[in-house]
Order: sequence, then C-alpha cells, then structure tokens
Amino acid sequence: MIDARQPAIAAETKPWRSAGTRPFISVKNIVKRFGDFTAVSNVDLDIYKGELFCLLGESGCGKSTLLRMLAGFEQPSSGTITIDGEDMARVPPDRRPTNMMFQSYALFPHMTVEKNVAYGLLREGLSRAAAYERAGEMLRMVKLEKQARRKPDQLSGGQRQRVALARALVKKPKLLLLDEPLGALDKKLREETQFELIKIQESLGVTFIVVTHDQDEAMTLATRIGVMKDGIIEQIGEPREIYETPNSRFVADFIGSVNLVEGRIDAVAPDLMRIQTEELGPVLLPPQTGYTRNQQVWGAVRPERWALSRAKPEANPNAWQGVVEELGYIGHMSHYRIRLDNGVLIRASQSNRLRDEDPISWDERVWISVQPAAFRVLTR
Amino acid sequence: MNALTRSAPWRGTAWIMGKLGISGRTLVIAIPMLWLLIFFLAPFFVLGRISLAEAIIARPPYTPLFERGPDGTLEIIASFENYRFLLADALYRNAYLSSIQVALISTIFALLIGYPIAYYIARAPEPKRSILLLMVILPFWTSFLLRVYAWMGFLRSNGVINNTLISLGLIDSPIQMMQTDFAVYIGIVYTYLPFMILPLYANLTKLDGALLEAAGDLGASPMTTFFTITLPLSLPGIVAGSMLVFIPAIGEYVIPALLGGPDTLMIGRVLWDEFFSSRDWPVASAVAIVMLFLVVAPIMWLQSVQNRREES
Repeated sequence: MIDARQPAIAAETKPWRSAGTRPFISVKNIVKRFGDFTAVSNVDLDIYKGELFCLLGESGCGKSTLLRMLAGFEQPSSGTITIDGEDMARVPPDRRPTNMMFQSYALFPHMTVEKNVAYGLLREGLSRAAAYERAGEMLRMVKLEKQARRKPDQLSGGQRQRVALARALVKKPKLLLLDEPLGALDKKLREETQFELIKIQESLGVTFIVVTHDQDEAMTLATRIGVMKDGIIEQIGEPREIYETPNSRFVADFIGSVNLVEGRIDAVAPDLMRIQTEELGPVLLPPQTGYTRNQQVWGAVRPERWALSRAKPEANPNAWQGVVEELGYIGHMSHYRIRLDNGVLIRASQSNRLRDEDPISWDERVWISVQPAAFRVLTR
Repeated sequence: MNALTRSAPWRGTAWIMGKLGISGRTLVIAIPMLWLLIFFLAPFFVLGRISLAEAIIARPPYTPLFERGPDGTLEIIASFENYRFLLADALYRNAYLSSIQVALISTIFALLIGYPIAYYIARAPEPKRSILLLMVILPFWTSFLLRVYAWMGFLRSNGVINNTLISLGLIDSPIQMMQTDFAVYIGIVYTYLPFMILPLYANLTKLDGALLEAAGDLGASPMTTFFTITLPLSLPGIVAGSMLVFIPAIGEYVIPALLGGPDTLMIGRVLWDEFFSSRDWPVASAVAIVMLFLVVAPIMWLQSVQNRREES
C-alpha cells in the first residue's frame, strides 16, 4: 500500500526501521496473570538504545504491570525480558540496570532532597563526598541546587517531580522507567516539562520507557508509541504512523478524534477501490492491495481531513451535503458538527489561518468532502 | 446541621452562651479540661498535701495542714521530711532504680517481639489483617488477673512448661521459674505487648509501599531498605508504643506481686506496703509523687525530641 506520508529520515536515528539492528531491550512472550486475571498477555516488544518509548493506554490496560516487570517488582508468569543482552529472570530490582520514576514520586519523606538523590549512589558503595558531589551536579541540572537541604514536603509539585527525576537518573541507569511522570502536574507545567524531559533524555542518551494514559503526552515525547488494550499491544509505531495509519478502530479512536464508518468492499479494480458504507454510501478510494470484494471493513477519517465548502467541490466524488449543527471556535481551530441529509453526524475541524475570511457558520448548508487518500480503511 | 442550628433550644443555648461570653470552642475544650481537673489534678494536690504531713495514729492517719495556734492564728504545717527520708533510705532508691530497669528491659523485649508482629499484620492482605488484629486485641476481653493466674499455671514447678520438659526427658527436676524476675518480665511483656503492637501497626500500615520499592530500585537490599527507610519512618510508632509499655510497667503492682519473688523490688509494691501495711500515708504519697515525676520526665524528653525532629 502507498505510504508517501512517512518522511525519509536517516536510518541510524530510527534503528527500528532497518532490519537486523540488535534491540537494547527485548521483551518476548511476556504473560502476567494475577489469579484469574491476565494483566499482560503475550507481549513482544523490542526497544532500541536511546529511544524514548511510550506505552499508551487507559488505566488497567496492563502498561504499568509491564513497566513493573521491567523494573523487577513483578515476576512475569512466563516469557523473558532481556536488557542489553542480559536475561533479567533471576535479577532482583536492586541489581537491575534500571531505575524507575514513580507516579507518586515515592520521595523519602525523612530525607532532604540532597539525601534522596544521593541515596542510590551510597548504595553503590560510593564515598559520601563523591555521592553528594554527584547528587549536587544532578540537582544543578534539574535546577534545584537551592532546594538541596529541603525536605520533600517543603517543595512544590513540579520541584518534587524534578527531584524524583534526578534521583532516578543520578545512577546513570541503562534504562529509565517513568510511570506517568507528568501526571501530577497541571497542564501548563506539564507542557513545559515535556520538552525539558526530551532535552534531558537526549543529552544523557539514556533509554526511556514512559507509561502514560495521555495521548498528547505520548505524541509529544515519544520516538515510538505502543498502544495497549486489555494486556495486548495493539500497535507499535512512530507517533505519525499511529495517528495517520492506525491498524484498528481502537487505535484510530484512542489517538485523536475520528469519524468511523462501517461498510463492505464494493469493487476492487487496478485503478480504484470502492466501499459501500452504511453512513456515507459509496466511497471511492485509491487502489489498495490485500482486500477482497464483500469484505467487511471500517473507514476512518480524521476531522481535519474534511474540506468544507459552500460550493460543490469539483473533481472529488467523495462529497456530501449537510447543515452545520454545532460550531466550536477555539482560536486556532474551529470544530464543526455537520448533520448530513441522511441524519449522520460528522465531526470536522478547520484551522483558522486567515483572520478576515468569511467563516462557515451555524445552520449553513455546506458540502463536506474528503480526498480518497485521506480515507483510512481498517479491517478490525 | 442547619436544622439543628435553627432549632429553638439551640438558639436559646447559643444566646445564653453569647451573654456569658463562652464560645462553642471553649465549651468543647471545657469538657476534657474539667475531667482532668476533677480526676487528675485534684487528687494530685490531695496527694501532694498528704506527702507534706506527718504520719499519726488517727483517722485520717496524717497531721492536718492547717492548725489553729494558741493565739488563734492559722498555722500551716508542712515539711519535706518525707522526701528527705526517701532520698536517705536505700530501699526506695533501689526500688525506683529496679522499677526503671524492669520497665526498660520489658519495653525493649516488647519492642523486639512487637515490631515483627506489627509489621507482619500491616503487610497482610485485608481479610487476614482484621483477623490478626482481632487476635492481638482478644486477650483484653478476659480478665487481666485471670491471664496472670494462667501464667502461674504455666510457670509453676508442676506447671505446664516444667511437666512437658520433664515428660520429654529434657530435664530431671523442675526449673524454678515462678517467683523470679524472669516470670515478672514474661508477665509484663505478655500483658503490655498489645500496647506496643497497636501504635506500631497504626504507623506501619501508613507506610507507602512505593517507598520500599523505590529504595530497592535504587539498589538497596531488603535489609538496607529496612534500616534506612522503614525503621526511621516508624520511629513515631516506636516512641508511642514504648511509652505505652514503659509508663505503666514502672508502676506495675499486680504482676510482680503474683509472679515475682520476695526479692523482686518494685516501686508499686513499696507503695502498697507503705499505704496498707505501714499505714504511713505521707511517705506513701511522697513515693507516689516522686514516681509521677520519674514517669513524666521521660515523656517530656521524648516529646521534645519528637518536636525537634518535626521542626528540622
């Protein structure tokens, strides 16, 4: 199938694209059961050195359990975990080359910031002087050197988050595991911290695995995302792949918003493909391989892929007429809900690039159309 | 709440209190204050006053504090003779010291036994935890005296322990356990163990499991995690539990009287003998007051240590 949307980037910065690169972390056939409940079922995952990998999913999807198995807090029911060529099966958490940043930060309340950060170094057998020296350096990096003598409960949420990060990074782990690292911060701080986190990760070259339920966070941070549902990784891919070419209705719906339609393949020809949908009638698509006539499929269209116009669009057969039922203006974008003549509601959005254009408004009768290539066909 | 504050009796009470200048807050504090005043402070002053008198054969068996002089003036007769007597007589000094020793050793053993139990209960899953807690509290539902007598049945020369050991052929003649300090320690540690376990449990159950995981993640072995994280964070529980054992153990009378021997010297027993055998109420009162200060001093010290910890 055509995939002209993926930009060509040098393979060495994206090792997962070239076959034969040895993964740094290799998870094979991992299963974790708690009694009758299977939290993680048969997950395979390869993560490469220097990656910032996000495990994305709703609460209870098994992403935290997977992370805790990497840290060694949970033992897999079956399967293997290899980090840098070393099998982790019999390695307890305190001997693993991983460090974790906890969702609650888990800062030691009876120790100062400095002692919290130096704790891991002292356990390595470093002298007190050397440990505090390096803890100090780390605190300078996260801009907390002035707070070194404070206790965690005297810090703000954002400062605590940075202490937790410093404490986890100071041991220079091969792999840093972050459980909802920005979950406890407010929106504005979260956005600033996202980029700071990427900067730190790039400058230290440590491999990060981040667990999050926030799709924006995953899209911003990640080199690649693994979307999880019910203990299974639904799709692994770069943020752009996940968004533009989701492999299932679940992923399409989970990342961003989407209009989903249901239908059957009507015609498969060398020059075109046609789907007969319940909601939109026939939809014309570019030719794609791997489909058979009468196969049940779903179609996904992102709201921003719709074109809205007052006049009937020329040369695009995929066009429908409807009335603007609702309009939400949020500044850079306007969100439309358009009721088609057959009663189907379509979500569309337009970017407001020009200030003095005459925007389409409430109760207007409009044409909406979609380019054939922007219509994504899903088989599950 | 609104219905209550709008009701007529409430408004009436509020109006009266307002007229008298009493706020609701004062009223709430006044109840426990009154309790302490009547049942603690007043008896304390009575005791203090008796300790300054002299023993006489009369009813009551001490000299009055006020006396009319021959010229009709009111004289206050008070002497610190009893306190001087306490300091001079080695019996009392030894009784105090051995009471503190017994209480201290009992507290240490209660801590060593109670800490693992409290830790285990705090880490147990929910239905099991309630049952374990119930088992800790259950002995309180039978009489304390009965439980001490039960220990006598165990420790006697022809008691359960000796009979078992003899029938197993481990010993030939019974070991003397009753009427020894050993029996007193057993009795005190057994009786006060729940007072050690409960505050420790309350503290340890609040301990965030993520902190232990974080310590392990940073390279601490389970042993190191215990000494650097769990133990320092449970210090308030240790202090509370130790005080709840140490303070009543100092003044313990029943256990040494029933399980201890004639040479088990504890201040509770001296107190009893002075009051009821010698009928020397003034000396007995002085003994009681000195004991109170001996008990209050460590509390004050621990309190100040804890306050300083919280400030820093």
